[in-house]
Amino acid sequence: MVKGVRFLELRDAGDPSELADAYNRQGADELVLLDISASREGRATLMETVNQVASRLFIPLTVGGGIRTLDDARRLLSSGADKISVNTSAVESPALIEEIASRFGSQAVVVAIDARRKRVDSRASNEESTHPSPKAAWTVTTHGGSRETALDACEWAERVESLGAGEILLTSMDTDGVQTGFDCELTAAVAGRVRIPVIASGGAGEPRHFAEVFLKGHADAALAASIFHFGQYSLPDLKSYLRQEGIPVRVI
Amino acid sequence: MIAILDYGAGNTGSVRKAVKYLGYSAEPADSPESVEAATKLIFPGQGHFGTMMKSLHDRRLLEPLRRWLRAGRPFLGICLGLQVLYEGSDEAPDVPGLKIFCGRVRRFENVFKVPQVGWNQIEICRESRILAGIPTGSYAYFCHSYVAPVMDGSVAVTEYGQKFTSVVEKSALWAVQFHPEKSGDVGVQVLQNFLSL
Repeated sequence: MVKGVRFLELRDAGDPSELADAYNRQGADELVLLDISASREGRATLMETVNQVASRLFIPLTVGGGIRTLDDARRLLSSGADKISVNTSAVESPALIEEIASRFGSQAVVVAIDARRKRVDSRASNEESTHPSPKAAWTVTTHGGSRETALDACEWAERVESLGAGEILLTSMDTDGVQTGFDCELTAAVAGRVRIPVIASGGAGEPRHFAEVFLKGHADAALAASIFHFGQYSLPDLKSYLRQEGIPVRVI
Repeated sequence: MIAILDYGAGNTGSVRKAVKYLGYSAEPADSPESVEAATKLIFPGQGHFGTMMKSLHDRRLLEPLRRWLRAGRPFLGICLGLQVLYEGSDEAPDVPGLKIFCGRVRRFENVFKVPQVGWNQIEICRESRILAGIPTGSYAYFCHSYVAPVMDGSVAVTEYGQKFTSVVEKSALWAVQFHPEKSGDVGVQVLQNFLSL
């Protein structure tokens, strides 16, 4: 088994068929198509985009954003998605995970967890000097990170696995967009609690960060956003670097 | 006409998209008549062994499928479409398989993460038309909890905690444990090899 490198693409980022061809050439292992604004603004993901991408790109395709019902999932799966990613709606209604998994199989259900590190308040940090440092913990957020829940990320991960999730797409809201590296501590904490694959997301800025999240974070796959599409590193370069580091990756 | 066996659970949509991409047309076949009328048959697998056998039976597809295989007509099984060719599966111990190959399909042993979900390599054991143009060590996309034993008919094997059959052949019958419709260029080549026969 190899460590996967997945591409994250946000809707409206370009012509879907051109994107599909580009990913194929680059050797992405999977594609995650996310309509991040859907949950916030209540928009539905464009099925036509899914259909066009799936007609030209023959690697696993995950689609997320604004999926609230079994019927939303069914429509996207029949348009060509292989997996459905749920986040806010799963927190609001955990039964949705069970419903999609029992109808379409666990392999079709990805639960996205947006986690933010719990702040240690000043009183707690004073105690830190005399007591062992408190164990790191992360809170689940929803609505694109704008709302905090009472859920602990590790406990929620265990819960979604028991409800039938096939994979966890784990994003650190602390490192997302910062490009200073994945939160390996968070990834390792979650990966150690579940038997399903954990895909790390948030913070990738250079190839070294991927090696770290596989080796220290025990991630099964890592998500690369458009940085590799337009930036200075290409996906083939990343993969040959990882192979040199002794990490098993698919090189085409 | 290329028929994609439709028993209500399989991933007919993505297989059909891939076939269409290669310039062939394929129709889902959900009746004995539509199977009989086909020139080639693709069995796309996904789901539970027992549910699949029941569904094939309920849709009166089991007998046409047996006849097809007995007659040695061109067949490509995918994932569960490979497992169905054995004597049975531990996933549904009381349900017999199609018994084209000897041996039982068993659950993965000695691995932490089951199902195997992701890319893995195929090690080619002997030459086969279905793998024309595909080098040994190529990566394919797998998603399964149960595996078929390695045996004489194995064309390629894969290792995940244990070795299992990832490609099998018997005259014009081929079956792959991975998903060619999700295995990038390698998978497209497998489909092309089958379609152009």
